[in-house]
Amino acid sequence: MSSSASAAVTRPKLFEVRPKLVDRIGEPLFRGLAGLAGVVAVGLIIWIAVTVFNDASPAISKFGLSFLTTQTWDPVHNVYGALAFIYGTAVSSLIAMLIAAPTSVAIAIYLTELAPRFVRRPVAILVELLAAIPSVILGLWGIIVLGPFLNDHLEPFLNSFLGWIPLFAAPYSPYGMLNAALILTIMALPIITSITREVFATTPGELKEGAYALGSTRWEMIRMTVLPVARPGMVGAVILGLGRALGEAIAVTQVIGNATQIKASLFQPAGTLAAQIASSYQSANPGLGVSSLMYLAAILLVISLLANIGARLIVRRFTVVGTR
Amino acid sequence: MEAGSLSVAQQRLRGGPGARRRRAVNRVVEVLCTFAAFLAVAVLLLVVISVLIKGLPALNLDFFTKNPAPFGMTGGGIANSIVGSAILVLLATAMSVPVGIMVAIYTSEFAPTKVSEGIRFALDILNGVPTIVTGVFIFGLLVVGHQQSGWAGAIALAIVELPIVARSAQEVLDLVPRSLHEAGLALGLRRWRIVLRIVLPTALGGLITGAVLGVARVAGETAPLLFASSIFSNLGITTNPAQAMPNIPVTIFTLSESPSPQDHAQAWAAALVLIAFVLILSVIARTFHERSRRRIRG
Repeated sequence: MSSSASAAVTRPKLFEVRPKLVDRIGEPLFRGLAGLAGVVAVGLIIWIAVTVFNDASPAISKFGLSFLTTQTWDPVHNVYGALAFIYGTAVSSLIAMLIAAPTSVAIAIYLTELAPRFVRRPVAILVELLAAIPSVILGLWGIIVLGPFLNDHLEPFLNSFLGWIPLFAAPYSPYGMLNAALILTIMALPIITSITREVFATTPGELKEGAYALGSTRWEMIRMTVLPVARPGMVGAVILGLGRALGEAIAVTQVIGNATQIKASLFQPAGTLAAQIASSYQSANPGLGVSSLMYLAAILLVISLLANIGARLIVRRFTVVGTR
Repeated sequence: MEAGSLSVAQQRLRGGPGARRRRAVNRVVEVLCTFAAFLAVAVLLLVVISVLIKGLPALNLDFFTKNPAPFGMTGGGIANSIVGSAILVLLATAMSVPVGIMVAIYTSEFAPTKVSEGIRFALDILNGVPTIVTGVFIFGLLVVGHQQSGWAGAIALAIVELPIVARSAQEVLDLVPRSLHEAGLALGLRRWRIVLRIVLPTALGGLITGAVLGVARVAGETAPLLFASSIFSNLGITTNPAQAMPNIPVTIFTLSESPSPQDHAQAWAAALVLIAFVLILSVIARTFHERSRRRIRG
């Protein structure tokens, strides 16, 4: 605004040397604010990790690594261990992935190769909307609709065929590992599907046409070109879905029964790291109790960071090239 | 196979040896894939229809305008939770959207490529932090030694919302054509003016879409609020964020854990309100998603 008037007269405006005052203040200020926002984004992760580990440190120094191998969770005697929850987290997520991964790949194949053009977008949007359902509502549905159905129909059905496997042993229960695994399947499905679909879309058209020219059926074309090209991306997609399943607290705590026990049968109540934290939100003993919850959160954070970093690295490497 | 009586030429014309089996396998796979897609859509419809059927009967004007009935009484509504959720989400969005868009501006306009990629990666990782961990982080930071508050809840939600807003803003800003920047530079504009006067107005539609998606996501988040804004001293309408604020997700959560069928009916009705809000926002955002992008590309 107040740039020297004499300079403006002698020089053409085009080659204005001295920036206006607003620019001299505004440019670095704006850059600085933007950079600061970037620092906030990166700093938050570090801050979260430091805070959680710091608050967990009383429990970490008291129980050490034996926390990971102790099955009791006893607020009365102040003895805490994470084994049952680590087991529950691993098994519920694993079952969810066993169902969600093949189903998602099948959906992605349908959406990229099979569906008529006018069906593709609506179906893709509907599948993605599945991810928009709040987890607390999915949990409510799991309690009131899915639970009784499992107890009265699916569990007796599975038991009558596969009852000789300990996984499907009676007694039945509406809330337990199976219910949690199915809810997690529903949550992971849209994530895996949408990434897999993106990866499938990167298959070079020449490869597909080549396969058809050799007389392949559609499935043979998919098996020999689309799937091999997409394999690393699919692995990344499944790990991202796994990360979602590992960390889900609310829906799982609603349907898993929250028991500190390790039972072979999937029909039995169990617990996961995230669900245990969520379920004790009102009742955590100050001191060691809260600190042990933080220890659970720290384990959960490490596991999900590893899963996410791994998956992002894989997905990034194998999608950027194709999509641009 | 049964093609034994055919000549080699005839076999070839029918797709070579084993053609029938190969076509059958192909057919089976196609049917399975189609079935999987419709299964996923069916699950969505099943959940939405369950919520509709069970939520509609309890839904009336009182449900929106009254506070919860005292323990043991019937009737009542969730006016306090609606107000609380609105304030929490508004505060969270007011914090995360400016920061998120500034992060996006930094990575898309100013940062060197390496730094920009690092920040993008960090945002993806932040997006992958389980929301319950975000909840206990805020609990350890702001609630322990103090008390639960609307501020604590809003900040927890803002941390969840930030990576969603920032990542979608980055994608949108990256679409703004370089030629627009160059036009600005040629006119002698400084970078920050180019961003404020050219890039942001061009990208506005896309930025709003991203913010709406962020709102849709955090409106239903329960885990971050569980440790920050879940235990209420009064069940009336709270507009002061210094106190714990009742909110729809935590209300659904606590009602769903109750054994009483009456509470379940209230939970379904609250779920209907929430799911309608979230799904409508998501659909709107998705509809405008493509349109806003096409407009940016020009």
